[in-house]
Amino acid sequence: MAQGRPVRWHIAVFLAPAVAVYTALMIIPLFGTLAQSLFNLEAGARVFVGLGNFRRLFGEALWSDAFWNALGNNLWFFLIHMLVQNPIGIALAALLSSPKLRMAAVYRTAIFVPTILSFVIVGFVWKLILSPIWGIAPGMLDAVGLKSLFAPWLGKEEYALTALALVSVWQFVGIPMMLIYAALLSIPDEVLEAAEMDGITGWSQFWKIKLPLILPAIGIISILTFVGNFNAFDLIYVAQGALAGPNYATDILGTFLYRTFFGFQLQTGDPYMGSAIAGAMFGIILIGVCLYLFGIQTRLRRYQF
Amino acid sequence: MTKSFRTMLLASTVLAGPVLAETTLTIESWRNDDLTIWQDVLIPAFNAQHPDITVVFAPSAPTEYNASLNSKLEAGSAGDLITCRPFDASLDLYTKGYLADLTDLAAMANFSPVAKSAWQTDDGKATFCVPMASVIHGFIYNADAFAELGLTPPKTNAEFYAALDKIKEDGTYIPMATGTNDQWEAATMGYQNIGPNYWKGEEGRLALIAGTQKLTDEPWVAPYRELAKWKDYLGDGFEAQTYPDSQNLFTLGRAAIYPAGSWEIAGFNSQAGFKMGAFAPPVQAEGDTCYISDHTDIAIGMNAASPNAEAAKVFLEWVGSAEFAKLYANALPGFFSLNSTPVAMEDPLAQEFVSWRETCQPTIRSTYQILSRGTPNLENETWNASANVIKGTETPEDAAKRLQDGLASWYDPQK
Repeated sequence: MAQGRPVRWHIAVFLAPAVAVYTALMIIPLFGTLAQSLFNLEAGARVFVGLGNFRRLFGEALWSDAFWNALGNNLWFFLIHMLVQNPIGIALAALLSSPKLRMAAVYRTAIFVPTILSFVIVGFVWKLILSPIWGIAPGMLDAVGLKSLFAPWLGKEEYALTALALVSVWQFVGIPMMLIYAALLSIPDEVLEAAEMDGITGWSQFWKIKLPLILPAIGIISILTFVGNFNAFDLIYVAQGALAGPNYATDILGTFLYRTFFGFQLQTGDPYMGSAIAGAMFGIILIGVCLYLFGIQTRLRRYQF
Repeated sequence: MTKSFRTMLLASTVLAGPVLAETTLTIESWRNDDLTIWQDVLIPAFNAQHPDITVVFAPSAPTEYNASLNSKLEAGSAGDLITCRPFDASLDLYTKGYLADLTDLAAMANFSPVAKSAWQTDDGKATFCVPMASVIHGFIYNADAFAELGLTPPKTNAEFYAALDKIKEDGTYIPMATGTNDQWEAATMGYQNIGPNYWKGEEGRLALIAGTQKLTDEPWVAPYRELAKWKDYLGDGFEAQTYPDSQNLFTLGRAAIYPAGSWEIAGFNSQAGFKMGAFAPPVQAEGDTCYISDHTDIAIGMNAASPNAEAAKVFLEWVGSAEFAKLYANALPGFFSLNSTPVAMEDPLAQEFVSWRETCQPTIRSTYQILSRGTPNLENETWNASANVIKGTETPEDAAKRLQDGLASWYDPQK
């Protein structure tokens, strides 16, 4: 009774640096922003308005139209990544892990390199490639007789967002590829040999044996893509500016937040409404991650080798 | 007696010395294009008179300037001197106490009330920035191309479209170089360029502020109707054409006419290998009074929290002097001095632009004073509407109605 368990100080000591840094850089600003979203300026003084900012954001057509437009665009941006980036990443990883492929390291590096480039470079280079005036895209299409397919994509409301999403896919396809590649390599040879003994080879081996084993990795990639896309800002800002033209067709939550929080040209910044938008973004990401964690992650079957 | 005087003199130099001797003034600006001019011309000229004050010109990117300046001022890390955007952006900084009141500066006497209007409180009682320059809108044309096609600079709208048609028919040149990708050119070099002829300059602008005219009235819709016609004269893929694209198309000699602001002059002079001319926005009928946008664009103020206020005031007095006006206007042709002392300029293109001040009525951009204070922001919406109208995705009437509804939603005189 008198002999209680000794206080395990070392746990606190070892956790302290990480907790301190994370609290200072992430937790405090996050809660500061969430708290700020409950205030607004009235007659020059900061007053508590409760959920007033959110009521404005979702209730006033002026704000809600812009918000839903940004959210819709963001969903489309995410959808393109899920439908294009991740399947291509998986396919590339499957090809790379094939023992028959020669110079796999070269391809792996070449495909991964854009991932480490700055958004500024990627945005600028693609803007030049797609430029109707100086770009090589019209010339290349012309060379194969498909000039009629060319359009000033980044300037057309119906194509601009898709074009930018595909640029982003081009940049980041290396990440799912590497993660899946690592997952594929970790599948023990015995499992594959056993499959071969049972006559499962080639594509059916991929679908029936490998794919179920890499599903957890695909789940992680999906959630990383989700968080990354809903926090995206840089590429749109670099390519289309803070007004996310044409006619707000490429406006996503990140650019909407930037314009509102920091202001743009003659529009002065509104940190309170900006915080409300940041709060809404936080909520959206939180809900998405929770749905994944509790709805999907727990149901994924894991295999121990 | 003499000795004590000497001691006093010595003491005063010792005491006064540190105050000015090591003063460094930092200028915040969005004009990163002007970096070399400040370093090579303006700062050395200032140091010739005040060797004890070091001046550092520290510009940031134009589109980021307002946001980054606001953050720096809030954090207390902004420079001593602040380059002032016209109207509300600076007024807002002044009312928040970030910009010092400069009404008592002796150099303020060198500026007319109109020149100071962009950097004053609404009642005109306090002035917080020393006006530096204005920019004038118009069209710059490729004079060689015009000579080749036998064209003369158009004066009326009919002549303007006749010239465009002729250039298009010939096919050697893109008739007009402008794009809608960056949006602001459509509004600034399109709508605000040709508009004053329709809303009669100050008359219409002030009527809009007073609420006696609406954006859906004919004088405000008509410029959009003209912009809608521009589409046919722009290059292939103008929807994705950026501002630098347009500049390059013109300076490479591929386009004949460039809807311009006078700030382009310096850049164009060094880039273009052909003769250039300029014409004012065309009037509706021969003999009509012409109106031009002579927009008070740039001024310089003092950070109220600056620890070097004395040195900053010395610098600002110099910026307000005739000497600075002459240096600045000639170093940056196209930025026309707001100083009351007339400045002789050598650049022919700049002379052409400034000559319109004699024949035309000047005004400033319609959206800048008071009308862009609320949400939605009229200036930003005008960018969007002008780009849409040029592309043909929104009719002039719809665009005007949308802007009017937005303005009326927060601006009482328009309700």
